[in-house]
Amino acid sequence: MEYCDRQVRIARRKCCHQPPNLGKRKRRAAFVVWEEGDDLDLQEAIWTCKNGQIQRRHPSIRSGGEIETKIEKREKEGKKRKIPKKKDLVEMTSKGAMSSGGGDDASAARRNSKKPQYSRFTQQELPACKPILTPGWVITIFIFVGIIFIPIGLASLFASERVVEIVDQYDKDCVPNKYSEDMVGFIQSSETNKTCSRTLTVPKLMKSPVYVYYQLDNFYQNHRRYVKSRSDKQLRSSAYEKDTSTCSPEATTADGSPIVPCGLIAWSLFNDTYGFSVNDKALEVSKKNIAWKSDQDYKFGSDVFPKNFQNGSLIGGAKLNSSIPLSEQEDLIVWMRTAALPTFRKLYGRIEEDLEANEKITVEIQNNYNTYAFGGNKRLVLSTTSWIGGKNDFLGVAYLLVGGLCLFLAISFILMYVIKPRPLGDPSFLSWNRNPAGHFN
Amino acid sequence: MSPAGRIKKKLRWSNLYTFSCLRPHVLESEGPHSLGGPGFSRVVHCNQPRVHRRKPLKYPTNYITTTKYNIITFLPKAIFEQFRRVANVYFLMAAILSLTPVAPFSAVSMIAPLAFVVGLSMAKEALEDWRRFIQDMKVNSRKISIHKGNGIFAYKTWQKIRVGDIVKVEKDQFFPADLLLLSSSYEDGICYVETMNLDGETNLKVKRCLEVTLPLDEDGAFGDFTGTIRCEDPNPSLYTFVGSLEYDRQVFALDPNQILLRDSKLRNTAYVYGVVIFTGPDSKVMQNSTKSPSKRSRIERKMDYVIYFLFTLLVLISLISSIGFAVKTKFDMPKAWYLQPNNTTNLYDPSRPAVAGIFHLVTALILYGYLIPISLYVSIEVVKVLQAMFIDQDLLMYDEETGKPALARTSNLNEELGQVDTILSDKTGTLTCNQMDFLKCSIAGVSYGVSSSEVEIAAAKQMASDLDGENSEISGMSMHNRSIQDPWDNSRVDLVESEIELETVVTSKDEKERKPMIKGFSFQDSRLMNGNWLKEPNADVMLFFFRILAVCHTAIPELNEETGSFNYEAESPDEGAFLVAAREFGFEFCRRTQTSVFIRERSTSGHPVEREFKLLNLLEFSSKRKRMSVIVQDEDGQIFLFCKGADSIIFDRLAKNGRRFEEDTTKHLNEYGESGLRTLALAYKKLEEPEYSAWNSEFLRAKTTIGSDREAMLERVSDMMERDLILVGATAVEDKLQKGVPQCIDKLAQAGLKIWVLTGDKMETAINIGYACSLLRQGMKQICITTMNTDLLGQDAKKAVKENILMQITNASQMIKLEKDPHAAFALVIDGKTLVYALEDDMKHQFLSLAVDCASVICCRVSPKQKALVTRLVKEGTGKTTLAIGDGANDVGMIQEADIGVGISGVEGMQAVMASDFAIAQFRFLERLLVVHGHWCYKRIAQMICYFFYKNIAFGLTLFYFEAYTGFSGQSVYDDWYMLLFNVLLTSLPVISLGAFEQDVSSEVCLQFPALYQQGPRNLFFDWYRIFGWMANGLYSSLIIFFLNINIFSDQAFRAGGQTSDMSAVGTTMFTCIIWAVNCQIALTMSHFTWIQHLFVWGSIGSWYIFLVLYGMTSPTISGSAFQILVEALAPAPIYWSATLLVTIACNLPYLAHISFQRSFNPMDHHVIQEIKYYKKDVEDQHMWKRERSKARQKTKIGFTARVDAKIRHLKGKLQKKYITV
Repeated sequence: MEYCDRQVRIARRKCCHQPPNLGKRKRRAAFVVWEEGDDLDLQEAIWTCKNGQIQRRHPSIRSGGEIETKIEKREKEGKKRKIPKKKDLVEMTSKGAMSSGGGDDASAARRNSKKPQYSRFTQQELPACKPILTPGWVITIFIFVGIIFIPIGLASLFASERVVEIVDQYDKDCVPNKYSEDMVGFIQSSETNKTCSRTLTVPKLMKSPVYVYYQLDNFYQNHRRYVKSRSDKQLRSSAYEKDTSTCSPEATTADGSPIVPCGLIAWSLFNDTYGFSVNDKALEVSKKNIAWKSDQDYKFGSDVFPKNFQNGSLIGGAKLNSSIPLSEQEDLIVWMRTAALPTFRKLYGRIEEDLEANEKITVEIQNNYNTYAFGGNKRLVLSTTSWIGGKNDFLGVAYLLVGGLCLFLAISFILMYVIKPRPLGDPSFLSWNRNPAGHFN
Repeated sequence: MSPAGRIKKKLRWSNLYTFSCLRPHVLESEGPHSLGGPGFSRVVHCNQPRVHRRKPLKYPTNYITTTKYNIITFLPKAIFEQFRRVANVYFLMAAILSLTPVAPFSAVSMIAPLAFVVGLSMAKEALEDWRRFIQDMKVNSRKISIHKGNGIFAYKTWQKIRVGDIVKVEKDQFFPADLLLLSSSYEDGICYVETMNLDGETNLKVKRCLEVTLPLDEDGAFGDFTGTIRCEDPNPSLYTFVGSLEYDRQVFALDPNQILLRDSKLRNTAYVYGVVIFTGPDSKVMQNSTKSPSKRSRIERKMDYVIYFLFTLLVLISLISSIGFAVKTKFDMPKAWYLQPNNTTNLYDPSRPAVAGIFHLVTALILYGYLIPISLYVSIEVVKVLQAMFIDQDLLMYDEETGKPALARTSNLNEELGQVDTILSDKTGTLTCNQMDFLKCSIAGVSYGVSSSEVEIAAAKQMASDLDGENSEISGMSMHNRSIQDPWDNSRVDLVESEIELETVVTSKDEKERKPMIKGFSFQDSRLMNGNWLKEPNADVMLFFFRILAVCHTAIPELNEETGSFNYEAESPDEGAFLVAAREFGFEFCRRTQTSVFIRERSTSGHPVEREFKLLNLLEFSSKRKRMSVIVQDEDGQIFLFCKGADSIIFDRLAKNGRRFEEDTTKHLNEYGESGLRTLALAYKKLEEPEYSAWNSEFLRAKTTIGSDREAMLERVSDMMERDLILVGATAVEDKLQKGVPQCIDKLAQAGLKIWVLTGDKMETAINIGYACSLLRQGMKQICITTMNTDLLGQDAKKAVKENILMQITNASQMIKLEKDPHAAFALVIDGKTLVYALEDDMKHQFLSLAVDCASVICCRVSPKQKALVTRLVKEGTGKTTLAIGDGANDVGMIQEADIGVGISGVEGMQAVMASDFAIAQFRFLERLLVVHGHWCYKRIAQMICYFFYKNIAFGLTLFYFEAYTGFSGQSVYDDWYMLLFNVLLTSLPVISLGAFEQDVSSEVCLQFPALYQQGPRNLFFDWYRIFGWMANGLYSSLIIFFLNINIFSDQAFRAGGQTSDMSAVGTTMFTCIIWAVNCQIALTMSHFTWIQHLFVWGSIGSWYIFLVLYGMTSPTISGSAFQILVEALAPAPIYWSATLLVTIACNLPYLAHISFQRSFNPMDHHVIQEIKYYKKDVEDQHMWKRERSKARQKTKIGFTARVDAKIRHLKGKLQKKYITV
């Protein structure tokens, strides 16, 4: 598509047949003839008159040529002399013919002080690529994109297919029938037994690690009030314990001592727990390394311990063990990374064993978290991953669609071009040729 | 004086052309003014500056300041200037509100970009003002010699001068303030003044002091000098002064002749003494410094509408969000216990959703502020400064002769240059050089002078080629000897070129042959030269003729040391030409004193005799009087009145016995006029002593009258004297065409521009210049609209005249409508008198529609005010862009009135340049200014603005979509810093490089295909279709960016490590996609990539990643959720990269398909030409290239080419006829 202008363009033409020692006037006349008679880049050209020939060259030529080397030499010598231009040459010759003596050198110098310095930049003559979209390029681009995109799409789909995912919505089923009319009452009561048992069937072999997620929906973790209600400084270091100004309305206890960790996010920490067993044999769920490393190392201080947390009249979610520093409270760290959308999954833990197909997994759920008030759902998700992460058909489909569209565009371009070709640079498509009645309408 | 009066006044003093300076003018105000009355209250106590330190005579010191601000006022004033832009006020409000909890962003992210943008503009202001300050300081600290008391003078700085000071100004010094001239080094108290800085005229002017102050010519004389000056209050009129000097208990009237104005220069005089009358800001030159009206380009005005549209959109989506928020807060919030709904402030109170909604409206208005491109104005400003720099630096618009480059005085009209539809041009100094050559004269009814004018040569050549077409056709073909397939097209091109070449060669040759001859004198006729005139029959009349030439003027001789001959500093080039002519004829004007003119007369014998002519009175030239006279007494004591003036004026004033040569002279005058020469008639009158003294006493009385009716009286008295003249002859002076003017007009015509010539000259001259410029040609139907001569008086006459003109206009329009021949061209010629009626409200539209139908329009004898009125009529009547070009003070009105004013910074004054938007040294540079720079700037700015809207919509709307997912709570998915940098760093440089460096085709192609220019006037790149197209593209991109990302990162893990995406991961990915998409978009938009564009476009993308890495490395308290986001979370995730690729491609796909389709099946002109250049078809198939170049211009009706076309059509027609008969 690209064509760079640096192509050597030698324009050399005989224009006067006189012997080398041309009269100045004639030479000038010859220049004038040239000036009007040529189409090439006049401004960019270097003019010389040599052996009765007017020669002209593109200044960007770097290969060979006597004239060229001269100029290069001059440039190397460091004289910031302007590359002579056609006008100047005309001027020079005419001046030579007219000037009566050396007396006006000084005035000429004074006059020239305002003369702009020549540089390719100021004359807008920097070498440039001028790519144009020829049909060939257009078709090539479309086919190329198509060819790239379809394999990526297929690979993504394939990776997504390999992922085994078990999703179990348990919020309604884990409420005893007698509370089905008052699920909020059930979950808020401290008397009720919140233990709930679920059985999941593994559809396919799930290679370890199997990730355990909880999924909430209709939970606006991205609500501005919620997102802002935290104190990164306080989380990071015990020195900033009192830095709770941004944590409203969960900043301090009634008597004014700071809550650590403060803010709505921490306060509403998810507190359902899951216990897994296969064939009555407990499955170990690793809860280590589920948070981002950088969060643990830099954002949540190892010297910051929970304090006054969930002590108020309003109890939100989980309580924290005040003897463990925040950097070790990985559930909290995961929770504190607010989700972008009201439906989100968060990592609960990892099962480091393979789960065979058709295995029955029993899950012991402590159903503590109140999603019933706002009509949210809770799901337990077990999933393996691939290079694209979890199960995600959308990416593959989107790639295939875009790739397909590109191929379609390529084909339609080819067809259109076969049906109604336009030779490139065909002057008959210029407006004055297409619409001879008057292109100035 | 009322403001309206002042404006009128300005037009008045600007209407002095050719003979301008020192001319007393009638004051606008009516009735006599007594000194001391309102407007004439100034009292100056000479030599007592101390008096002026106290009230009531406390006048300002001579300290001047042209700065807009000072240290204290800079901040408030500059900030006020900045916040006059609506968009900035909006951003300021947003920044203030960002300090409250309403704001969705941190305060810094709102304040920083605003501070950057405003700070940049203010820095520019400050820099400009600082330069002005330095300039002022330089001026203020100049030294001048001031009287300190007891006749001792000492040097002090200018700024310390006070009113009443006596100053001594030495040769080649500037006058520090407006002074009253007391005495000079010359005995007779004259001095010579150069007023270049005031009106740009290079010729010297004579000032004379009052006789009574003549003795004050040495330092010591001022020890006990006192006097009181009573005069007018400070005012901007350069050529008037009313006042009196009370000295020695006598009162003397003062006139402008004694006033030395600040910033003019003392020349040819050793020293002068003067009293300071007006200081600093009161001085006339400072009073005169007015700002030219600020103009805005069409594109910018349209852009405002787009901004309003975006504001509407902003308010609309804010309303949607706030309503959504109110609903959500009312119904959903109470249930969302995790938000603690019972413990809220007003912002989120579910029990009062309306209040929350209203607060949220403010939040949303700030949040979606990214729809309004905050950096648009700044970027445009930067780009325009760069474009202006390119214009200033263009070597091809640099004039070697005057050493002046092109100058973009205002940069905010660059793109307007690409949209010009009509050019209104002055003639003198613009199309012609205002260099006068004495060419012919008619004395005693005999015409002398054989050489022909350039105009004549050009016209003759044109005639020849028009009539003698066939021969030149053949010769043209054989000359260029090419393989010809399409003889007509081809030969036409060759012919045009060869003719243009020929002309260049011919004229240059002419110049060279004339070179050894005297400048300003091209007269050739042996009958008059070398004293041969004595042998002619009417030698006595001739003597008068030459004497009038040598005596009747206001010039100053200057001895040239080298050659021993005299150079003349004349007020107008005509006068200079006359004096040179007189010298060549043997009447050398050699000396001038206050009272006499000395002429060295050379008769045949060769011995020069110096004759003295006592100058009794000088009745000066004014554009109203159109004549000047001197009354002289020769050595024999005879008194003569010598008069020269416009022929019509002189002929009206001839005595019965003075009309001997009237008939012949009239005939000659007509001939001269037809050949494009400027003519003046010369006459004299012999006066008897008593007659003269009677008149003189009356004249003196008029002269000493004080007040504003003096001018009227003087005029009346002068008029009494200038009667009963005896005609001697007439002169004809050639006004030379400027270099390259016909070719330039040809090119401009090919670019589809209409050219109107507005000139103060008379009709014949104007028509001749029209022919020479190819604005008129043979076969063109000329419509001359003139006023019929009517002897009726009063209302009836006016009515009749109007009806007559209306009829002429209607007839002409009818004729044009009925014209069948598609090639027919019409030219409209109208004179100033007629224009007075034609410009009246009830007729101007008919006039305009007629003028628009004509290929060329020439208005002659128009006053400066009419020039401005015509310009306004064209501008407002057609609604198209007008460009006015001129060089003199008389063009100022027109230049200020037009959409674009271009001043010629040639040798004439600076006033046009000072009022202009662009200044070029020669008319021919207009071609490059419009066709190259205008075309580029228009496209650049148009594309740039469109892209700005696209990019901000694409970005801003994603914020809105995200709102719907956050319960409209006003949370943004992006980190504050991302958004801050979006407009400031990450997307601004590529768009600036687009605006500054884009070239659709190279400058050569622009010049070769002037028709490409039509893309601008037709506004192909900034019409609503295109603007909304770009906006739709932005909408599409925002949808793609948001929904693809949201779906890709919906809920599942996005990494092999099982981590799910949080808000910062989604936000950062989305933002990466935006950066890629908008930068790829601009790469697709560009068609010209230098390393700068590559660096900026790809560098912007690179800098995003660099920023992300660096930002992620800062402490988490700064970077927050973006801490290590790229390094730890995103970069290792393949899905991040594949999402970027997918979204970038998907965003740009429709645009790519659209432009490919456009280009392939519906190409625009520049597309095809790009392709031709790309495949070097122009080199391979030069024939085609030339043919297209010629075809591109075939519709033009004026210019060189059109003329040749017309001729070829004519020939073709003939051939056809022959063919049929055969």
